[in-house]
Amino acid sequence: MEPRMTLTPEQRGILDGEKGETLAKVMKTLVMYGETFGAERMVPVTGEHGHLVTSFGLSVMKPLYALMDQLIAAGAVSKRTFTVDPRPMDPNVPANLLQTVFFKVMYSQQAAYEAQLGRLGLLGDDAYTCACYQDEVGNIPKPGDVLSWAESSAVVYANSVLGARCNRNSGILELFGGILGFVPEFGLLTDEGRRASWVVEVRTSEKPEAQLLGSAIGMQVQESVPYIEGLSAFLGTELDEANRAFLKDMGAATASNGAVGLYHVDGLTPEAKALGTSLVRPDAKVYVVDDAELRRVKASYPDLWKKPDARPKLCFVGCPHLSRAQLDEWTGRLEAALSAAGRRKVAVPTVFTAAPAVLARFRETPAAARLAAMGVVLSSICPLMYMNNPMCHDLPVLTNSNKLRTYSTSRYATDAEILAALSKGGR
Amino acid sequence: MKTFHGRPVVPGSARAEALVSHGGVNTLASFQKALLMSDRKAPCSDANNPDLYGKPMARKALCLPRTIGSTTGGLVLYCATALHSQPACLLFSEPIDSLAAAGAILSEVWVDGESMPTVDGLGEEFLTYVKSGMTLVVAPDGTVTVED
Repeated sequence: MEPRMTLTPEQRGILDGEKGETLAKVMKTLVMYGETFGAERMVPVTGEHGHLVTSFGLSVMKPLYALMDQLIAAGAVSKRTFTVDPRPMDPNVPANLLQTVFFKVMYSQQAAYEAQLGRLGLLGDDAYTCACYQDEVGNIPKPGDVLSWAESSAVVYANSVLGARCNRNSGILELFGGILGFVPEFGLLTDEGRRASWVVEVRTSEKPEAQLLGSAIGMQVQESVPYIEGLSAFLGTELDEANRAFLKDMGAATASNGAVGLYHVDGLTPEAKALGTSLVRPDAKVYVVDDAELRRVKASYPDLWKKPDARPKLCFVGCPHLSRAQLDEWTGRLEAALSAAGRRKVAVPTVFTAAPAVLARFRETPAAARLAAMGVVLSSICPLMYMNNPMCHDLPVLTNSNKLRTYSTSRYATDAEILAALSKGGR
Repeated sequence: MKTFHGRPVVPGSARAEALVSHGGVNTLASFQKALLMSDRKAPCSDANNPDLYGKPMARKALCLPRTIGSTTGGLVLYCATALHSQPACLLFSEPIDSLAAAGAILSEVWVDGESMPTVDGLGEEFLTYVKSGMTLVVAPDGTVTVED
């Protein structure tokens, strides 16, 4: 192919096949991708690690494994080590015999795929989490770093909270960028692409649920960059642990209920702090989020439970994976709710999910034993991969994750509703 | 007969029945059940999309504003193409998004013997004029002709 973008002699040589047919196809893919969005050049990936979205050895995804084999055979492995999304299975998570058998059939390629990931540059055996930017995991880009990541919740966090630069790359393309060590420059990699075309005015009477607010914003602005005003009245102006967790959850909902890759929060996120409303385009549209709007959005979710009045059989908290501070907070809130209800254990089988490294640290603290005493299971599973099991589709599952709701038959509930269900067994 | 002109992201020819989504198509949510069940008709499994839910997407001219959702989107489209259950073409009223572009380009570069011509920028009127069930003809230059 004759590229329109300017390539260095090295890049042009790769495209012309000087390093083999497979790398030429990798290069051609990235050139076509960049040219679609007007990229004029490739820029080096500067982040220390990559992050991949595809962590599951789904038996039907043979085309992916064949492509991986082709890359490995050609020596086209990542120049950087990478983390990857959570594993799809964990024997500690409640499942009946039929579900367990189906898991093994469904994810029959898991071991083989994990071996492929190891050969391609996986950071380590415990590198499986969607929240790779947690301190305990250590894949934390620096402000301004250019990344070749996928996983919508990780990309939106890296862009918005950490100030790194990454497009909403698809699975496979993020690996290609890691292999070549450069990515096409367009969109969220550019100053202009990071300006906001929506102003979101938060006018709620109290601090909104992160994942409900994120859902409302995502559904409204879709793939645009929103500049969010009014939120620092509830969050303050420091990116402390609690605020980072709030933004993690809000961002995951904006990215899954819409296609947001970057948001700015006035007075809080790094670029908003540095540049303020100069980030807002003159023709930006305005979206007002008040209590009524959040009620409207929540009421619009389809209820996919087979029996709408069923009692929940399972509850997932931790999509995206919880931080250590969130595990501590949930432990305290759950203890208080159970105590008030006169119970010692949760009324619904419950799974809290977090990164392996986060759970390892948490298990060193007394809170882990308190949580276990309440009957909560700790896991590093991907709840979505669990719910993908057709034998789980009819299971009435509660979650406070708007991402999980979007991709499964689970029902969204606010944190308060989750606590009520776990302590009182309500519907 | 009416024609619309867009940009060929992946040039090619196709003639297929239109399937129209007025909202963004969540690629993972739409294709995941078909991929899991190896259903080559690819019935849309996204209950949040009333335009597509339950309708076969394979070999249809999928007309949409954009795709949304998980960054597995491009990978999902690539696998759908390699497994012969992809739409006949992707026709976007808006500029294409990065995930759909990845899926279209991966299909073009890495899958032999299959095609999924992709055109973007067809304009707002495209989605208001075209109705599911109409027959669309796509030309390599990005021209889309509505036959009925």
